Amino acid sequence: MRVVVCVKHVPDIQSPRAFREDRLLARGGDDDTLNELDEDALEAGLRTVEAARAAGDEGEHEVTVLTVGPAHAVEALRRGLAMGATSAVHVTDEAIAGSDALATARVLAAAVAHLHAERPVDLVVAGMAALDGLTSLVPAALAELLGWPQLTLADEVAVEAGEGGPLVRVRRETSTQVEVLTAPAPAVVSVTDQAFRARFPDFKGILAARKKPVTALTLADLGLEPTAVGLAGSTTRITEAAPRPERPDRVIVTGGAETVPALVDYLAQKGFQ
Amino acid sequence: MTSTTDGTPDGTADGTAGDVVLVLLDHLEGRLRPTSLELLTLARSLPGAQVHAVWSGPGPDGAALAVVGAHGATTLHRVEVEGADERTTAAAVDALVAVVGAAAPSLVLVASTFEDKEVAARLAVRTGGGVVTGAHGVERTGDGWLVRKSVLAGSWGTACAVTGRLAVVALSPHAVRASALEGAAPPAVVEHRVEASAAARAVTVVSRAPRPTGDRPPLAEAEVVVVGGRGVEGDFTAVEELADVLGAAVGATRVATDEGWIGHEAQVGQTGVTISPRLYVGAGVSGAVHHRGGMDASWTVVAVNSDPDAPIFEFADYGVVGDLTEVLPALAAELRRRRG
Ligand SMILES: Cc1cc2nc3c(=O)[nH]c(=O)nc-3n(C[C@H](O)[C@H](O)[C@H](O)COP(=O)(O)OP(=O)(O)OC[C@H]3O[C@@H](n4cnc5c(N)ncnc54)[C@H](O)[C@@H]3O)c2cc1C
Ligand SMILES: Nc1ncnc2c1ncn2[C@@H]1O[C@H](COP(=O)(O)O)[C@@H](O)[C@H]1O
Repeated sequence: MRVVVCVKHVPDIQSPRAFREDRLLARGGDDDTLNELDEDALEAGLRTVEAARAAGDEGEHEVTVLTVGPAHAVEALRRGLAMGATSAVHVTDEAIAGSDALATARVLAAAVAHLHAERPVDLVVAGMAALDGLTSLVPAALAELLGWPQLTLADEVAVEAGEGGPLVRVRRETSTQVEVLTAPAPAVVSVTDQAFRARFPDFKGILAARKKPVTALTLADLGLEPTAVGLAGSTTRITEAAPRPERPDRVIVTGGAETVPALVDYLAQKGFQ
Repeated sequence: MTSTTDGTPDGTADGTAGDVVLVLLDHLEGRLRPTSLELLTLARSLPGAQVHAVWSGPGPDGAALAVVGAHGATTLHRVEVEGADERTTAAAVDALVAVVGAAAPSLVLVASTFEDKEVAARLAVRTGGGVVTGAHGVERTGDGWLVRKSVLAGSWGTACAVTGRLAVVALSPHAVRASALEGAAPPAVVEHRVEASAAARAVTVVSRAPRPTGDRPPLAEAEVVVVGGRGVEGDFTAVEELADVLGAAVGATRVATDEGWIGHEAQVGQTGVTISPRLYVGAGVSGAVHHRGGMDASWTVVAVNSDPDAPIFEFADYGVVGDLTEVLPALAAELRRRRG
């Protein structure tokens, strides 16, 4: 089985984050980390392969972590390799800077297609959101671009033997329904933060990661024109970015039940009574 | 394949210069979700807009049609997708693509839910459009659409220009207040029949069951939300009681859902439900950045927390530094008392 897990290197959400003068998000700080939600995606990928092995599937199994990003994004791949991924692919090219979610998906789709041509991919796994832009657009866009079935926001993932080849089965909860969906592999899956508590890389894993291969690919390797990505290839552009002012007229009081009448007055003034 | 059953000309063909703004309607068992009414209200407020709505799946009945008309839509596109389950993302996109082809909108509005955001992503890919999620406002500019939203857990505000052929915008709940027009006619209905794409047919729905809903309003749509965090220490009674008095939905932090004190569907935050109610009350909630990212757009934020240094006080409009087990019951009692 061959699983590709999409991982993104993002500014740590616990440290101050900001936009630059050119209205792109400041990246590359020391605190940038592997997007936490992509650890869950990798966990789902690793467990799928482990389940195949446990079921006696002696074929070749591979979990590839794939990122699109600047040079330092290789850190996210290293972390993924330490967690147990077998190989890593880093798509990096100056022209990619400034790509919006759809342009990023275009690069990811080209990279997955490239890997698929090399050796067929069964499953692409993504996280439910990248904690920087928080769009949750990339997995669905990726499925559309690849023309592969979309099985997103899963909290259970299984690959089973189907009539015409492997069948991917997921369970998902939407805002109103609980669904079980299946589709023939290859498919694009995204997972929520609920079901796959990511393992911690151990010392052995960290050492082993240093020896694992990281393949760097450029746009040219993927047959993508520079104008198809980056600011030129994006259909959205941030034109203003400013820190938000603090909430005006903040009121902080200290105490117990005696503070309540003033709070009720405040609520009444806002129309809640 | 688009067929017009009542002879109404499609889209901009009626000669007016304005934009067609297309609104994707969400409905559950034939009833429109409140966010759909907000989308229609916003659409009709845009200068010169002709508001068209899209309905796929069974319905709408006369009552739902009247509501759609009263909120400003002049045309409703009813789409049937053949060969796939219309509630899967790819099939919903098949339906929208057909209507976009027929009505030629410059803007498509959807709700900023996980489901609709995915529809938005695929629609933008298929149409060469641009997509923005979590929008708080939309403005017409000389040559396109400008979308306002807050980002980085509410700490920054941005404006984003859509340069694609079609702007697809997912609007946060409560970004506008829904309002009905007096005496508006129901919309003209245009029927569409669409063959499902290969991508839609590839997905099989093995089972689907409604998630149990309580008596409270759904979290994402509620005007008022009372959220309990670790500080409730396993006991949501005081939170529930206050929610009862305020007619509110009950939410929780991930700590509270992880502990099993309340169902996961109650989780508010970046990876839970994104809310922007008129009133947010957080009790025993520290205001961690993961949580803040899912509620920072709330209109009025009230916090009750015993720790004066809790981060939530940095973005609350009204903070009570105190014990929630004392403040919440007193608050519920006082609200009740004043109502008499
Ligand atoms: C990838 C990822 C995604 C996440 N997504 C989310 C998400 O979507 N939503 C979310 O909420 N969290 C999320 N989290 C968790 C988040 O980081 C915080 O851990 C969580 O929000 C903290 O919950 P809390 O405020 O209930 O608990 P705490 O941070 O422990 O705060 C409890 C607060 O209660 C106060 N308190 C205690 N007793 C009382 C009392 N008697 N009266 C009044 N106050 C009292 C304390 O002073 C304290 O401030 C995520 C974490 C990760 C890693
Ligand atoms: N630059 C990227 N490189 C690799 N994967 C990405 C990238 N951007 C987004 N993803 C994947 O898409 C998911 C959703 O991201 P987003 O749609 O940006 O919120 C993430 O959790 C990742 O799995």
